[in-house]
Amino acid sequence: MNFEVLIASSIDGLTLGFVFGLMAMGLTLIFGVMKVINLGHGPFIVMGMFAVLVLSQNLGINPYLALPIVIVLGLVTGVVTYFVAVHRVINAPELTTLLATFSVNMMLIGALTIIFSTSPRGLSLELPAFRAGTITVLGTRVVAVLIALLVTGALYAFLYRTHIGKSIRAVANNRSAAELMGINSTWALALSFGIGTVLAMVSGALLATLFGFTVLSGGGLETKSFVIVVLGGLGNPTGALLGGIVIGLLESITTIFMPVSYVPVFEFVVFILILLFRPNGLLGAR
Amino acid sequence: MKSLTNPSLWIIWFVVLGVALMPVFGNLPALREELFVLLMLVTLASSVNIIMGYTGYVSFGHIVFFGIGGYTAFYLIQTLQFNFVLAALIGGGIASLIAFLIGMPVLRLRGAYFALATIGINEAFRTLVTNVDALGGAVGMLLQFSVYDAYGGAKSASQLAYYGIILVALLTITASFVIKKSKFGLSLMAIREDQDTAMVLGIDPARAKVMTYTISAFFPALAGALFFFKNGNIEPGPAFELHRSIEALVMVMLGGFGTVTGPIVGAFVYERLRGFLITDPIFSNAHLVISGLLLLIIVLFVTAGVVGWLRQRIPTLRRFLE
Repeated sequence: MNFEVLIASSIDGLTLGFVFGLMAMGLTLIFGVMKVINLGHGPFIVMGMFAVLVLSQNLGINPYLALPIVIVLGLVTGVVTYFVAVHRVINAPELTTLLATFSVNMMLIGALTIIFSTSPRGLSLELPAFRAGTITVLGTRVVAVLIALLVTGALYAFLYRTHIGKSIRAVANNRSAAELMGINSTWALALSFGIGTVLAMVSGALLATLFGFTVLSGGGLETKSFVIVVLGGLGNPTGALLGGIVIGLLESITTIFMPVSYVPVFEFVVFILILLFRPNGLLGAR
Repeated sequence: MKSLTNPSLWIIWFVVLGVALMPVFGNLPALREELFVLLMLVTLASSVNIIMGYTGYVSFGHIVFFGIGGYTAFYLIQTLQFNFVLAALIGGGIASLIAFLIGMPVLRLRGAYFALATIGINEAFRTLVTNVDALGGAVGMLLQFSVYDAYGGAKSASQLAYYGIILVALLTITASFVIKKSKFGLSLMAIREDQDTAMVLGIDPARAKVMTYTISAFFPALAGALFFFKNGNIEPGPAFELHRSIEALVMVMLGGFGTVTGPIVGAFVYERLRGFLITDPIFSNAHLVISGLLLLIIVLFVTAGVVGWLRQRIPTLRRFLE
């Protein structure tokens, strides 16, 4: 086996892993705070992709400079979705919230299909690549990793250093106790749904700079997010980042040993086994 | 089995049979195709309701059994020239066996974890089948036309498959009714309301849940076998389509969670609505948006579904409408 191939695919997987981690963090944050599995996660990722597409192609903004707009858009979308679809059923059994977020999924996919149709899209983005010997790292990948790290850093600073972030963590820990301390839990929940949506949309925007996409790309990415989230432990953002890196590496390195089409089988079997034996994730306590 | 003589069940049989036999006597092949899909959806929704409505375990990936039954039967018919009835029964048996084996560990998970695991199982099977060359891989399998000769040609085979699906739908509804009316059904509902209390009352939740899961896997497998036999081809995508699985949940919610008639009504309303929206020139593009909106309204405001709502509003209906 070629050592350089291994290095090259490791770098490939690692860079992709950070973006996957960011994507899964959105899902896990929402679950951690309000115990809701957001089945609208896929369409939110796709919205991020198309937001960047429209901003860069129709309005001529550089895709990376469009990210702040995507963030604002994500926050608004998330908060609105929370109040429309989730708030009323926040204390209902899982099935209710699963179906409520699935209805959001249907509406968003339907609306996006009407506007953009399901034909494949892509961004035209040229960045210089980094070369060392036979190993090439694309510039878009490096920037994607840097942005993913920046967003993660900002998220942690927000959750641990600001007053609002601390109140979100308090609500996640114990909602009624937080309410007794004078925290407005409704807004804390709405805001965390918004942040989860922002993470989904930013990761979608970054993925759009790396690959081609369609309106229906969200489904596969959503199931991938589930796998990553479970790997890192449901509700654990740090775990999600690590899970993303593990999946990214797994996807790129295993292709050296086995046919590409077997990788998802392997992933889903690992997913089920972890759910059964380590439901708190690889890092979590038993 | 005293519940088999219950008039409520006869009413359901009468209505379902009355609708299902219309295309047979009226000789309407187009209507027959429509009703085939409808009866298949009734089967899927009712069997999901057996595990989800009665025990409260949301099986998101229930379509996996539809795919397993379809693939097993298709393989037996195509390569070993089995009769389609026998092949379907074997498909059902294998689906139940798999449900039994994976049910034991998976049903220990509660709530969201169980829902996620069922999605994972469906995706694992779909990606696995995509890789098995004996099952045609990603391209799937195609039935040779000569296979239909044993049943008097494709036309009459399709007629036979239709009789098959009527039978399967009635069987599923009956099973759903009998379970609900039995002591076993009561223990399932006790588990749904509070598993720990049910245990204190002497119910063995693990055993009851695995049994229910095994039973509820049998019927979608039969439906899958008939559907793909009639279609003449099978592919991993349509066989293990997660979206169809979630649609079955939507039908259960629409009609009424935990009722026998609910999934039937839900399947009928959902299918009619979708048929109308897709064919209507104004709504054809917006059918997903409208269906999603409808689902959201039901989830937020009419949690009991159509049948549940009727039962709440009109007390006399409670005696007949199960």
